[in-house]
Amino acid sequence: MLKLVNVNSRYGLIHVLKNVSMHVSAGEIVTLIGANGAGKSTALRAISGLQPVHEGKIFFSDKEITNAPAEKLVRQGIAQVPEGRQIFWPMTVMDNLEVGGVVTYSLHGKKGLYDAIEGMFQLFPILKERQNQYAGTLSGGEQQMLAIAMALINRPRFLLLDEPSMGLAPLIVKEIFSVIARLREEEGLTVLLVEQNANAALKVADRGYVMETGKIVFEDTASNLMRNQEVRRAYLGKDKREIWE
Amino acid sequence: MDQVGSGFSDFLQFLFMGLQRGSIYALVGMGYNIIYNSTGVINFAQGEFVVFGGLMMVTLTMTANLSIPLAFLLTVLFVTLIGVLMERFTIKPVKNPNVLRLIIITIAVSILLKGMAMCFWGKGSHYMRHFTGSDPIEVFGATLLPQTLWIIGILAVVVIGFVLFFNHTMIGKSMRACAINRDAARLAGINDRNMVMLSFALSAGIGAIAGIIITPIIQMDYTRGALLGLKGFGAAVVGGLGNSFGAVAAGMLFGIMEAMAAGYISSHYMDAVALLILLIVLFIRPSGLFGSADAARLREF
Ligand SMILES: Nc1ncnc2c1ncn2[C@@H]1O[C@H](COP(=O)(O)OP(=O)(O)O)[C@@H](O)[C@H]1O
Ligand SMILES: [Mg+2]
Repeated sequence: MLKLVNVNSRYGLIHVLKNVSMHVSAGEIVTLIGANGAGKSTALRAISGLQPVHEGKIFFSDKEITNAPAEKLVRQGIAQVPEGRQIFWPMTVMDNLEVGGVVTYSLHGKKGLYDAIEGMFQLFPILKERQNQYAGTLSGGEQQMLAIAMALINRPRFLLLDEPSMGLAPLIVKEIFSVIARLREEEGLTVLLVEQNANAALKVADRGYVMETGKIVFEDTASNLMRNQEVRRAYLGKDKREIWE
Repeated sequence: MDQVGSGFSDFLQFLFMGLQRGSIYALVGMGYNIIYNSTGVINFAQGEFVVFGGLMMVTLTMTANLSIPLAFLLTVLFVTLIGVLMERFTIKPVKNPNVLRLIIITIAVSILLKGMAMCFWGKGSHYMRHFTGSDPIEVFGATLLPQTLWIIGILAVVVIGFVLFFNHTMIGKSMRACAINRDAARLAGINDRNMVMLSFALSAGIGAIAGIIITPIIQMDYTRGALLGLKGFGAAVVGGLGNSFGAVAAGMLFGIMEAMAAGYISSHYMDAVALLILLIVLFIRPSGLFGSADAARLREF
């Protein structure tokens, strides 16, 4: 469904993505793990169209989408939940969902939009209770659920999730991951999940990629990666050894 | 006879004048804020939108003899179109936009527009009839022009329309979202470029309205943009950049203080009042009277 071929991307002179190649098949949950600053978010932003690709190509459903603008890719079914709960904090939860559903609104009108919002309320009931509250006043977990709902509201085929567990209590992380797993079961949603919390990510994922300083260094099934000595040492905090050893 | 009860009626007279001037500054300030919120840029051509609004209205009503409502509508559309063209031809094509670059472009556009206004309308000032007659109404010994009521009323309508637009329409909410977090808005499928264009359109439209309603009182000429723009800019800054209600309140404050200064001290100092308030506020509260420190951060284009 998604394929990256030798993708390179830079911020000015800083070469961040170096010949990144990866693929995600329909219905898979694939995780991209790696240390802080490795380039995971940049990779997601390159896919979703927020970050320019300087060399290489990206394909989605066999169509090339390299450097297509983000606002167009949403309409093709790619949704991204960016890092750090990028919700519109001075607006209410309801307003956030409406803005998140602009695409649905333009395709299916007002009724389509409010049906979709109702669907999100069923997925995350707490959002219904909080619908008139300002998004900035929500708890961290609620903000993350809102951010995810804003991405899911247009019924994407492919979801890019950037560190959804960051700074959240384990119970909430579990709830969020179970929603993702359920959407995959029920609707065949395909997911690319970026995480620093490699343990949690490898548990829900089918396959994984490990990124170090902008390069993919490992690629394997999730269960093999969990057994891989180097991965365990560097990212799973096992064997009580530190990254710099 | 004029002196009877003069204390209060004088005050009232100055207040009317202040509200009238303040309404214009408020509208100009709102125009700055709309573009600032979508781009992080101060549009120095804002004053020129006001001039074009006034001069076009003069042509349509005094030369083409159109009715006031029709001329009003056409003028707003015309200036809105100028705003759109400005964005499409001078802002959008910029390859690596940054705030300084864009501000310099807006200065260039303002010079261009001013030159065009001089070519089309000449150097003289232009008279336009008041909307509904110029016979003053007497209120407690002070005189109130019907045009002043039009000005205040139209400001109120614009402010209400503004609230409805930004809080109750999808497109208005999309514009706000884009101003709050551009990347998140794009991920939601909002075309940020179109939002920027729309902000220029709205801003130009509001500028045109200011020009249209003030022209019967000040007699518009092509040089008026700079001072009107400066005071509207002051109102936007004092109100807290990006905060439109702040701009309205600060605009009114400017207008009233100016009128009082002119009335009680001397009209020579009138134009200095706005600058004085601007300087004092910048020293004491750099984020503006109603701005939060948050809002004061510059938005990246
Ligand atoms: N906007 C930016 N400008 C310049 N450099 C950036 C920017 N964003 C990220 N970087 C750099 O790119 C590298 C990768 O960042 P990022 O993709 O955010 O990593 P990760 O998500 O894996 O933590 C880092 O070295 C970071 O400093
Ligand atoms: Mg990151």
